[in-house]
Amino acid sequence: MPEYDENKQAGIWRKLGLKDYEYEMIVEQLGREPNAVELNMYSVMWSEHCSYKHSRSMLKLFPTDSPRVVQGPGENAGVVDIGDGYAAVFKIESHNHPSAVEPYQGAATGVGGILRDIYTMGAQPIAFLNSLRFAPPDSDRSRYLFEGVVAGIGGYGNCVGIPTVAGEIYFEPCYRGNPLVNAMCIGVMPLERLVLGQACGEGNLVVLAGARTGRDGIHGVTFASEELSDQSEKDRPAVQVGDPFLGKILIDATLEAVEKKLVVGVQDLGGAGLTCALTETASRAGTGLEIDLEKVPLREEGLAPFEILISESQERMLYIVEPERLEALEEIFNHWQLPLTVLGKVTGGREVTVRYEGEVVAEVPAESVAGGAPAYDPESKEPGYIRQLAEFDPLALPPVEDPGQVLLDLLASTDIASKEWVWQQYDYMVRTCTLQGPGGDAAVLRLRETGKALAAAVDGNGRLTYLDPYLGGMLAVAEATRNVSCCGAEPIGITDCLNFGNPEKPEAFWQFRQAVEGMAEACRVLEVPVVGGNVSFYNEVEDEAIYPTPVVGALGLLEEADSNCGTGFCRDGDLICLIGPQRVSLGGSQLLKECYGKVDGKPAGIDLAMEKKVQALLRDLVSGKMVSSIHDLSDGGLAAALAESCLKGSMGARLDLPSAGHLALELFGEGPSRVIISLPEEQLELLSSLAAKAGIRMIELGRVGGDSLEIRCGGSRVLKLGLAEMKKAYGEVFECIMK
Amino acid sequence: MKFGVIVFPGSNCALDSYHLVRDVLHEKVEYIRYDQKHLDGFDVIILPGGFTYGDYLRSGALAARTPVMEAVAGFAAAGGLVLGICNGFQVLAEAGLLPGALCRNDSLQFRCRQVLVRVENSSLPVTKRTAEGRVLKMPVAHGDGSYYAPPELLKELENRGQVIFRYVDAEGKVTAKANPNGSVDNIAGVANRHGNVVGMMPHPERAGEKALGSTDGLALFESMIDFCRGREVPGNA
Repeated sequence: MPEYDENKQAGIWRKLGLKDYEYEMIVEQLGREPNAVELNMYSVMWSEHCSYKHSRSMLKLFPTDSPRVVQGPGENAGVVDIGDGYAAVFKIESHNHPSAVEPYQGAATGVGGILRDIYTMGAQPIAFLNSLRFAPPDSDRSRYLFEGVVAGIGGYGNCVGIPTVAGEIYFEPCYRGNPLVNAMCIGVMPLERLVLGQACGEGNLVVLAGARTGRDGIHGVTFASEELSDQSEKDRPAVQVGDPFLGKILIDATLEAVEKKLVVGVQDLGGAGLTCALTETASRAGTGLEIDLEKVPLREEGLAPFEILISESQERMLYIVEPERLEALEEIFNHWQLPLTVLGKVTGGREVTVRYEGEVVAEVPAESVAGGAPAYDPESKEPGYIRQLAEFDPLALPPVEDPGQVLLDLLASTDIASKEWVWQQYDYMVRTCTLQGPGGDAAVLRLRETGKALAAAVDGNGRLTYLDPYLGGMLAVAEATRNVSCCGAEPIGITDCLNFGNPEKPEAFWQFRQAVEGMAEACRVLEVPVVGGNVSFYNEVEDEAIYPTPVVGALGLLEEADSNCGTGFCRDGDLICLIGPQRVSLGGSQLLKECYGKVDGKPAGIDLAMEKKVQALLRDLVSGKMVSSIHDLSDGGLAAALAESCLKGSMGARLDLPSAGHLALELFGEGPSRVIISLPEEQLELLSSLAAKAGIRMIELGRVGGDSLEIRCGGSRVLKLGLAEMKKAYGEVFECIMK
Repeated sequence: MKFGVIVFPGSNCALDSYHLVRDVLHEKVEYIRYDQKHLDGFDVIILPGGFTYGDYLRSGALAARTPVMEAVAGFAAAGGLVLGICNGFQVLAEAGLLPGALCRNDSLQFRCRQVLVRVENSSLPVTKRTAEGRVLKMPVAHGDGSYYAPPELLKELENRGQVIFRYVDAEGKVTAKANPNGSVDNIAGVANRHGNVVGMMPHPERAGEKALGSTDGLALFESMIDFCRGREVPGNA
């Protein structure tokens, strides 16, 4: 190994977030010591955020293939075949740390970033989803973060004209210093239009377009790869600032260029900026690049070469262009009044050579910078709390006295209450394809080109994953795909955002490992591939980690757009049935959290084979137009789901539950693979036979009708609530809190 | 009979009008570039919603100064039909082709939801197929939709029948709760003096198919088609 003078440079790479061992690897791969510019390039690309060095070995567990998968993990986004010559492109990504420091811009640029990943592939973006976690909105700070993030998501998404159609929000004290902001985007394109982020073809031009480069987001990825602290406020300059208008015209211009086949490669500039775009495109194509850095249009004078190379200024794109097509490309960009600059060209080598005013300031092997970071296999150790909490028996708690009041309290809890205050700030209808918007189990978007539709949902339960990470991982996959199936769509792929603590701590890594193994198992059994995603580690403040929070975005395909199904009761006299296993638990439930202030106990396990059968049955029911509504049982169990279906459809219901075992468990117990459906009576026979044939438990609970929700158990009435009082409890929570 | 939909940098609802006219109403429609200087051959010009030029400075202010807007002014002066929806309304107001101004919503937040509007004047080329007092359901989606005009101007607008839509409740009553943005007198849409230029914050193009929750917006497009085909005589023209 070449020697290096430790006294001379020691500390420099450490300050840039590199370990001594990693520096040695760089020297070895480079065959010499890097200069300061090169060291900066390595440090951003070898950050956790870009290199996945603590997660790569685990992510290999995910099944990533199916007959529909066109592009799995490794590109800007996953691509699946949706028939008729079309493909869907989708991905979810976190922007947690920036949002903790600057909520509006942090969230806005999170949306802008995931958007670029989609149209970079050549796809027209058609929808956003998001998954958010905050501390309870009981302090000015947490309300500020919540309000700012929501405004930022809307601010960017509304302006670019892509609807924000679904999402989920939970509030737990563990997210106090470290909220989670996960944004997902879906795009659609003709398959033949797919463009990859590859710098192909010696002699082709490397072209930069969009915003000028400034000092914003310098070392943003390094900031994202460390724990937050009370000093993080000073990292505000590491947060980028978004310009959604520029983002919008960049989409239009890029898609026009792709449609006219003027570009052979496209790569957005996100984390690690130009360094990432240059080294990844060259590395993927096995080519080299020569760049004249002084040509990069700057926002201010005096940026050092290393700053230009690692700036994360938003709304910038890199294109690989055949020289004879440059003029046509310029014409498009001129129309949109967007700057376009030729930076250099593709070479036959394997190096990225960066010149500044004629002088070579960096010369690095593309593959080493983009893919040479070590893959760690960190130590993992089961945290002590796991066994301790699992011993708790929620059934030993004093029984609930007034189930009606408990249901009202649950409906008014921030986790369950209507999120209309949030989504009315998002344009969820623009592009006029939204058949089902926010507030259902999944969003449904029609595809004008094919007459089919896509359904999408995001789900993850940090509380349950905290109690049992392996189970939590399985549940996230199961719930997201179930929600898509509830609308009648077949899950065809998932994208995941894995939000965890510091992977260098054995307990945090154990959580990560367990959750990934659980997700992988669920994907295998449910036969749904993971086509892309993102890992966000170091979600800790002052040694306090968040709940391990794997979030899954599922995409489903509906063969007929008009045969989708909603969650609300909609026909007077319809029968109401419960489908799915009996197994429920109060461990980790909303009831335990809201009414007893506990996050404790053992959540109900999942039988994945049964989950798969239930989902298949749901799809058959919807495509056969047999049911009026389907609603997944989730937070707050059966009672909360019934109330939600009543409220959604503004119709009451009367139910007789067969047993009077443990009342709270019956009403509020939570367990997977369970849904309530409403259907016309004449369909009951067919439903019974289909369920029996599949070996799925199905029980008749009651009927839709009236203007109240009445539940009887073993013959006696246990609760009766009017629609109006439920609506008041459920509907006005955030309006009051955020006033 | 041909519709034109102007695409400014940052327009994002152009597709929705285009789709409605072509695929639902089966009429001819073309996109118009913001730097185009003439509008020959078009019968109706639609200024769609969006965030033209990011709504920087003021909503619609920069788009109002693009080359195509001179052509729109000429087209309107010659009696052509112009419909500005949402940001398109803001552009028309900024261009001086419609009275009044659109200010920040009183909630200070973007609002996307279904609203109800009452037709106040059904004699215009854009409302002929409706009836006075009829309540239409269509969505709003905007941050700067609070209509304002000074009292004297308001009185004039009322007297001349230039107020054409008002936010109302399910009973057709003007209430504060029905008003999504704080518009003065619940005004949701206005016309110019001749009734051929109309601006409205709600989105009729998003209310043209049952699958989207309402078909009440169709009547406005069909009215314009009737007018252009000469089947109907414009009321206020």
